[in-house]
Amino acid sequence: MRYAMVIDTKKCVGCSDCVVACQNENRVPIGYCRDWVIEHAKGTFPNVSIELRSERCNHCENSPCVRCCPTGASHYEEGGLVKVTRHECIGCGACVQSCPYDARYSHPDGFVDKCTFCHHRLQEGKLPSCVSVCPTECMYFGDLDDKESKVYQLLQNRDWKVLAPEVGTKPHVYYLI
Amino acid sequence: MNEEIIISGRMNPKIDPVLAIWGWEIPLYLFLGGLAAGILFFAALYTILGREKELPTAVRKATFLVPAILVIGLFALFLDLKNKLYFWQLYTTIRLESPMSWGAWVLMLVTPLSIVWCVAYWRDLVPNWKFKVEWLEFIEEQVNKYRKPLAWVMIVSSVILGIYTGILLSAFNARPLWNTSILGPLFLVSGLSTGAAVIMCMSKDHLERTLFSKIDLILIGIEIFFIIHLFMGFLASNAAQIEAAQLFLGGAYTLPFWGGVVVLGLLVPAILEIMELRGKKIPVAFPAFLILLGGMIFRFIMVDAGQLSKYLY
Repeated sequence: MRYAMVIDTKKCVGCSDCVVACQNENRVPIGYCRDWVIEHAKGTFPNVSIELRSERCNHCENSPCVRCCPTGASHYEEGGLVKVTRHECIGCGACVQSCPYDARYSHPDGFVDKCTFCHHRLQEGKLPSCVSVCPTECMYFGDLDDKESKVYQLLQNRDWKVLAPEVGTKPHVYYLI
Repeated sequence: MNEEIIISGRMNPKIDPVLAIWGWEIPLYLFLGGLAAGILFFAALYTILGREKELPTAVRKATFLVPAILVIGLFALFLDLKNKLYFWQLYTTIRLESPMSWGAWVLMLVTPLSIVWCVAYWRDLVPNWKFKVEWLEFIEEQVNKYRKPLAWVMIVSSVILGIYTGILLSAFNARPLWNTSILGPLFLVSGLSTGAAVIMCMSKDHLERTLFSKIDLILIGIEIFFIIHLFMGFLASNAAQIEAAQLFLGGAYTLPFWGGVVVLGLLVPAILEIMELRGKKIPVAFPAFLILLGGMIFRFIMVDAGQLSKYLY
């Protein structure tokens, strides 16, 4: 099993609903967030284009954060999820430095926190909260090893990209372009 | 034109607007760790070479500073942790892939080693001293008996400690400024140079002082050579590393680096040492202080600037 999130940048309107849903679902402390929306504008008028991306931890296959963690608190879970065991984290900051996406932050309670793909919801057979609330349904979640899954089909039929592939992290969040 | 903005208002403390998760604690430790490694390296080296009698400061006197330096460094590391009371979890696992795990374990080896080394030379500092506890005398006896093998262990572990201070940073591929393998050797040489400076400063013996003055000159030469290579490597690399190098080539860190580290911390002390070796009277504390200051500034700006460098996507 290989969990993946596929986000359609052509359908995203940048409403930030995913951000609020995550903050609610995961009781993210005020002033912090595990996911965020980027507006990427390029070109010179009149040849301009805008891309909207909902970004979060990429649950990389080759995670630098798991590699550099000195206590083993950052680890892989079933399906390639990258998670932090709170009571093993000493808050040294190495994983924060190691993430090219700046997806991790230091939780005020003394551990490092980030997106979990809502692992607790997956175990109940639900979708991650950001995916479930998206009003334009531009986010998809599923198993890449399952050829029938929507995420697999989309990546077969559409052009896509991942963020900073040159760092060699093999991200599991894909953007349809 | 390219513009990228976060429209959802992400403002995670210490992550936005620029990464600053590591403050003064880590660079201070990197400096102190390198300094301790430098002093221990020379003590072990000249013990192995059998020159304890000629070089009393390098082999004995300077090493008394090391436990104190390491304890301050360890305390700085401890302060950096966000979950301080869980620090012991570093010692419930060995993670070969994680530089920080290596560092924690090496410190666990080097710190007691340096204390034991000092215990065995304690009578040099306080003659006719009587250890109140029996096992301290036992340690002293054993260390004096196995001094050479101990020196071998110490020379290897001090090199690992010194090089680790650089590898800790270079292992982060997300930060282009750190992600270069020359950083390990560069930090090691810089650490050895600061160690030599302390020995030079403490020594009252002319012969020893000239020897460490010469050693320091060679180390400064190697350091400058490595720094040139560092920037050659950056400029011949990918866009992210070229951008990172700009921090030092016209960017915010240009003056502190070239003025503070290269000129004040390397070139000026090198000139002063050459003048001294040629017979001019120069207070030895002056070049030594500049080398130490330069080494410290170097670590602080490398840690700071590295956190500003990132991949562009």
